[in-house]
Amino acid sequence: MKELLFLERSKLADLIAANYNLILMLPRFGISLGFGDKSVREICENHNVPTDFFLFICSIYSSHSFIPSREMITTMDMRFLLPYLLSSHRYYKEERLPHIEKNLHVIIGQSDEKYSETILHFFNEYKEEMKEHFLHEEEHVFPHLQALQEGFADNSYRIGNFALSHSNIEDKLNDLIQIIFKYFPGNVYPNQSIELVFDLLRFSYDLDKHKFIEEKVLVPYVEHLERRLS
Amino acid sequence: MSERVKVLIVEPSLILVEGLRKTLNQTENFNPLSSISDIQHLREHVSMVRPNIVILNPTLFPQVVKNFSFILENSSITWFALQYQYVESRILRLFHGVVDIREHPAHILQKLVEIHETTQQIAPLTDNYELSDRETDVLICLSQGCSSKEIADQLNISVHTVNSHRKNITRKTGIKSVAGLAVYATLNNLLER
Repeated sequence: MKELLFLERSKLADLIAANYNLILMLPRFGISLGFGDKSVREICENHNVPTDFFLFICSIYSSHSFIPSREMITTMDMRFLLPYLLSSHRYYKEERLPHIEKNLHVIIGQSDEKYSETILHFFNEYKEEMKEHFLHEEEHVFPHLQALQEGFADNSYRIGNFALSHSNIEDKLNDLIQIIFKYFPGNVYPNQSIELVFDLLRFSYDLDKHKFIEEKVLVPYVEHLERRLS
Repeated sequence: MSERVKVLIVEPSLILVEGLRKTLNQTENFNPLSSISDIQHLREHVSMVRPNIVILNPTLFPQVVKNFSFILENSSITWFALQYQYVESRILRLFHGVVDIREHPAHILQKLVEIHETTQQIAPLTDNYELSDRETDVLICLSQGCSSKEIADQLNISVHTVNSHRKNITRKTGIKSVAGLAVYATLNNLLER
C-alpha cells in the first residue's frame, strides 16, 4: 500500500524507537512487548492482524500530517477497525480513567476539603460524559458498522446521525490539565502531581488520535458501506 | 492604541454628528470618517471605508431586527448604538455598547475606548494575564450558573460585551468549560467575596 509511513518489512522495534507513543496501541492489537527483532509483517501474521491496517494506525499515531485517503479507506482490510476501537474504549474506561482517578485522589487528598470536592466533582462529571459518549458509540455506531460489514443494509441508523460531540469532552480534559498544572498547589505531592499531569497529557494525545480515527476513518468508511449497500 | 481608530457615524442629525466629531477630535485616539445619514448602503460603505467603530442610530432600522444582526455580526467592528430616542432594550443589546448623548463627552470617549478594547481583544498590556475586575465579576456570575444574558442584565452591559469578557477569561486562564471556570473560581477563593 502506497503512502503509508512505514514498511511491512521494517522491524517493529525500530518503529517504536522512532515514536514511543506507538507502545500505547500495541495492546489493542493483542501484541505484547518482548517481540524481539521481528518485522512488522511477521508479528502481525502471528497475531492475526492485517498488516496494512496495523501500519495505517501506526501512521496516524506517528504523524500530524498523515491524512487517510479515500482510496486507502475503501480498499484496505478493515475487519480490525471495530475490535481496535472497542479495545481502545476498554483501555480508556478500565485502565486510564481509574489510574488517573486514583492519582488524582492522592494529590488532592491532603488539601482543603472545599478544593478537593470541587475538583472531584469536576472530574466525575467529565468521567460520566466520557463514558456516556463511549456507550453511545458502542450501542449505536459499532453495531451499525458490524451489520454493514456483514453485508446487511442496516437502515435503522445512519452514520450522518453520529453527532461528533467530542469537542466538549476535550475541552473538559484540557481544563483539568490546566487546573492541575497551573492552579492546584502541587507542593504536597510534587512527584505525583507531575506524574498526573504527564498521564493527563498522554491521555489527551491518545484521545486526539482516537477522535481522528473515528472522524477520518470510521465515518467515511461507514458512509462508503452505506452507499454500497443501499 | 497605536493606530488611530477609525470611527464611522451613521446619524441623520447634522448637529449631533458635528458634536460627536468634535468630541472624538478631542483625543488623538480617533479618526472620525465622513459620516453617513442613512443605512441604505451601510454594508457597502462599511466594506469600503473599513471603520473600527461604528456609532449608529438604531431607529434608522425599520423593525427588521434580523437584517440588523446580520450587519452587527461583522466581528472586526465594534458597534455602538447612538441613543437619544426610545429604543427597545432587546435591540440595544445587539450592540457592543451604547453612546447616550446625555453623557459627558469625556465619559463617552472613555467608554468607546474601553468597550472597543474589550471586544477586539486588544490587551492593553500584552503580558498582563491577570483577570480584570470586570472579568472577575463575569467569572463569578458564570460560576454561579448564570447565562450570558443574565450576566448582561446583572452587570448592566451588553451580551456582546459579556461574551468578549468570556473570551478574554479563556485566553488568560486556558480554561474553556463553565464547569472548569467554576473550579478555577473556587481554587482562587473568588466565590467568598
